[in-house]
Amino acid sequence: MGHYVSKFTSLFAWGNREVRILILGLDGAGKTTILYRLQIGDVVSTIPTIGFNVETVVYKNIKFQVWDLGGQTSIRPYWRCYYANTDAVIYVVDSCDRDRIGTSRDELASMLEEEELKEASLLVFANKQDMKGAMSSAEVSEALGLPRLKSRQWAIYKTSALKGEGLDEGLDWLVGSIQ
Amino acid sequence: MSWKKDEDSDDLGALMNLDHSVVLQEARVFNETPIRPRQSRLLLAKIVFLLYRGDSMSTTEATNLFFSITKLFQCKDMSLRQMVYLTIKELSTISEDVIMVTSSLMKDMQPTSEITYRANAIRALCKIVDPSMLPGIERFLKAAIVEKSATIASSSLVSSLHLFNEAKDVVRRWGNEVSEALNGKSLSQGSSFFGSSSSQGQVVSTSNIVQYHAIGLLYAIRQHDRMAVLKLVQSFSGQKSGGWMGGGSSSALRSNAAHVMLIRYAVRVMESDSSLAPQLHGLLEEWIRHRSDMVSLEAARAVCQLKDVSDKQLTAAVNALQLFLSSPKAVVRFAAIRTLNVLARTHPEAVQPCNVDMEGLITDSNRSVATFAITTLLKTGNEASVERLMKQMQGFMAEISDEFKIIVAEAVRSLCGKFPSKHGLFLGFLSGVLRDEGGYEFKRAAIEAIVDLAKHVGECREVALGHLCEFIEDCEFTKLSVRVLHFLGEEGPATARPTVYIRHIYNRVVLENAVVRAAAVSALAKFGAAPRADAALQRSVRVLLARCLDDRDDEVRDRAAWGLRMTAADQTRGRYVRDDSTFSLAVLERRLVAYCADPHAKSARFDFAAVPRISRAQEEETRHRVRLDAMDQVLTGSTLPATQAAGAKEDTPKSAGAGAEEADRAAQYARQLAAIPELAAFGERPLVSSQRAAELTEAETEYVVRCVKHVYERHIVFQFDVTNTIAEQVLEQVEVAMESDDIDGLLQPVVAMAIPVLRYDAPAAAYVAFERLTEDAVAASFACTLKFIVKECDPATGEPEEGDDGFDDDYSLEAVDLGPGDFMLATYIPDSDTLWESLAESESVETFALSSFSSIEECVAKVCDLLNMCPLDNALAPRSKAAHKAAFTGKWLGHAKTVARTRMAYQKGAGVTMELAVRSEDPAVSELVVSAIA
Repeated sequence: MGHYVSKFTSLFAWGNREVRILILGLDGAGKTTILYRLQIGDVVSTIPTIGFNVETVVYKNIKFQVWDLGGQTSIRPYWRCYYANTDAVIYVVDSCDRDRIGTSRDELASMLEEEELKEASLLVFANKQDMKGAMSSAEVSEALGLPRLKSRQWAIYKTSALKGEGLDEGLDWLVGSIQ
Repeated sequence: MSWKKDEDSDDLGALMNLDHSVVLQEARVFNETPIRPRQSRLLLAKIVFLLYRGDSMSTTEATNLFFSITKLFQCKDMSLRQMVYLTIKELSTISEDVIMVTSSLMKDMQPTSEITYRANAIRALCKIVDPSMLPGIERFLKAAIVEKSATIASSSLVSSLHLFNEAKDVVRRWGNEVSEALNGKSLSQGSSFFGSSSSQGQVVSTSNIVQYHAIGLLYAIRQHDRMAVLKLVQSFSGQKSGGWMGGGSSSALRSNAAHVMLIRYAVRVMESDSSLAPQLHGLLEEWIRHRSDMVSLEAARAVCQLKDVSDKQLTAAVNALQLFLSSPKAVVRFAAIRTLNVLARTHPEAVQPCNVDMEGLITDSNRSVATFAITTLLKTGNEASVERLMKQMQGFMAEISDEFKIIVAEAVRSLCGKFPSKHGLFLGFLSGVLRDEGGYEFKRAAIEAIVDLAKHVGECREVALGHLCEFIEDCEFTKLSVRVLHFLGEEGPATARPTVYIRHIYNRVVLENAVVRAAAVSALAKFGAAPRADAALQRSVRVLLARCLDDRDDEVRDRAAWGLRMTAADQTRGRYVRDDSTFSLAVLERRLVAYCADPHAKSARFDFAAVPRISRAQEEETRHRVRLDAMDQVLTGSTLPATQAAGAKEDTPKSAGAGAEEADRAAQYARQLAAIPELAAFGERPLVSSQRAAELTEAETEYVVRCVKHVYERHIVFQFDVTNTIAEQVLEQVEVAMESDDIDGLLQPVVAMAIPVLRYDAPAAAYVAFERLTEDAVAASFACTLKFIVKECDPATGEPEEGDDGFDDDYSLEAVDLGPGDFMLATYIPDSDTLWESLAESESVETFALSSFSSIEECVAKVCDLLNMCPLDNALAPRSKAAHKAAFTGKWLGHAKTVARTRMAYQKGAGVTMELAVRSEDPAVSELVVSAIA
């Protein structure tokens, strides 16, 4: 009975309200490509995002309202303006960019400290796995310090936005984690 | 009942009471999920309303609001999105970080979006981008410019025009796209065949507004390239009939508004290069016959305003305007009469053929048209028609409102100056309207007209004064009574029977309020102190003044007591009553402002001696001219004639009124010089500055140089005002090399200051200073050369091209002469007769035979120029051709008062014989001044 009720309430909740998701990460990680891969299922040509893109993505009958915020240094300070009411954060990492993985870790850490994101789940995409020399998901996970995270639901998937690999698996986890 | 309240909140009345902070509180609604489009839209409307109402919003408030609004981009509701665009545009100048919506707007302007989104997103995007980001969106804007949809093309063209000011280089690259938009087939053809736009059910614009916007942008891009503009104008000459069928090179513009702009550009080309004028003139004439009123009017107006237009060329334009005068549309009549009005100022005879039509317009139901008709007629009318016109005006004076009456009174006032022989007619008219009902402004205008007549037309003075006396007998306006009483005090004593006016004035003392009584007492004192006042009259005035000592008002009693003292036997006191000089008011004002602004200055008393004095006549002249200029501007509402008037002012020979202006200019020079540390060391201010700048270059040359000389206690500073008239050049290190023929070495160069950078059309000053090693005036001539480094530059930005080191160049200037006149400050000295008598010992006299002059007028002007002194009374306007007496005043080195008197006689064949006598407080000066002529 309890199981039945919980199923019912979740359906009720998600039926009315969209799930609000932020896609964050350093510039050039592939955030915009991932957004449109999710929305229209294809690769679009992108230019650096000055500001943000917002789209509605329907996955498994759940409506996601996905905000893709620009990753340039000048835009990162404004991420915080969009933290409120966020259910989950998709953090995208360029797995080939070993030089800036430290910067990526710092940005992630300071983001997770925000009070408004306390309840949000964290899904990390180790992107650009189609390229040679990409770090494995374990390497990325270690470099970002994910294992040391406390009181946070998180998962990491290796993805290739170009080939469309790994994205669905990640979303499946997300759907499970927020229900 | 509760729903009714909701309804009310949509009212404008409710909007008017919007509270800033409440609205900002409500902005939380933007952060809600899901978005509520209707509420959000209403709230955005309120915010925009607040901004339009002029509420100021702090940067923090605006930025917070902006970020809330960005969240609305998740909602696809079209009306909401449009409101979002609008609000972002308004916030773009207040809020920080507005670039955060760049990506969102760029997505909305993509061809995949709806037209409404695209056009508005373009407008909003152009408001928020900074020039550095422009290359990123250039591709999209270029595509939008050539878009078939008029909405999108227009919005991108207009946005580009705004961007042009900030990023000229980038926008200039879009010239081809803009031409394509300009020449594009009209939309109605295009969309019916291909058209995603028409399938979306867009309203197809038939106004061809895209052409209008495109021509504006294209001109902005090419305005510095005269030939390109000429080509643009000629490409739309429309001379080849049927050009639109083949889409040939010379098609006509479909948009009338664009055509009007084209005409204006054509005029600018003609103005900048007169050699192109003839070929363009044909086009203008062609366009006068255009079937659209708008284009035809603009072409006619353009012809009327050309600088060197011939009467023959005017005929076609005036004929067209004449037809428009009888148009049923008030706006067309207005445009036509207004153009004729401006034309009448320069070419009254060309407008005369329209007189009959204009007389018909005097009674036009549109008051602006009627006003222009009257004022134009007064300009074109001759003496005979004026009489008829005045009768006509008398007929409807009672029917028109006060403000219109004022214009009529002003017009009659200017007529008085034009036809002084008709004074009887004007006086009759004016005194007639004074008896009628009317407000203060109107009565004042009429009074001023009568005062003008009394001042300038000798024959009618007594009659005019009589009318004024009659007016104050029953005048409800205190200010006007005071004005008239003051004037009676000025003019009355010089008339044949002053006693008549004294009776009227004293009546005021008995009957009026304190302010008028005080004015009347002052006027009486003037009668008593007049030089012509005989003993009996003086006694009577003193009796009247003595009676006023018992007045119940302090001011009246004080004035009466003062008047009694001043009219006492000692005549020298009379000077205070009849003071004929006044401070140069513009300078006085500036000094007082500076005095009040400087905290240190307050410990000392204000130095009145430093303020130049000018004669009443000069002051009156200045005021008169200012009034005329102001009236012209009011009547025509145009700024063009103002610049013409300014140009004309420089050409007119030195009139008495110029004195005030010169004093004003001297103050400006002093301020400029004091700002330069090297020159400030020479003294607080120059003792004497040239009145007029000497032109050292021919007109219309590459560089224009003018020289102004400033004489200090021990130094002389030459100020060279240099203008660079070549847009493609920047000059650097501009200096003037001066070579003196001064063999005695009395002048030692001490300072030479170059202009670091001289850009196109931005005049700057270079200075050369010499030390004077002698007390006396020095006469010398200097050969001058302008030296500089030339660099090529982009005319649009004025920045020299990178890596261009430039090359040295020089340019010969006319020689600069230094003579005794340069040491003389031309200033008006009151009561010069007394001064002349007191300086008898210092006189220096010489007689000259000047055979080269062919008239006295020419001679006296030259003498005035050489002496550089202030001409008194009619010094420059000889009454007779055979003999003339003139007097001049000035201050040597700004302090030694000097008076020069000259007598001239002219004989045909022998030229002018002149005797010049100079007396000065410094005897050495007298001789020097006389030597100025030799």
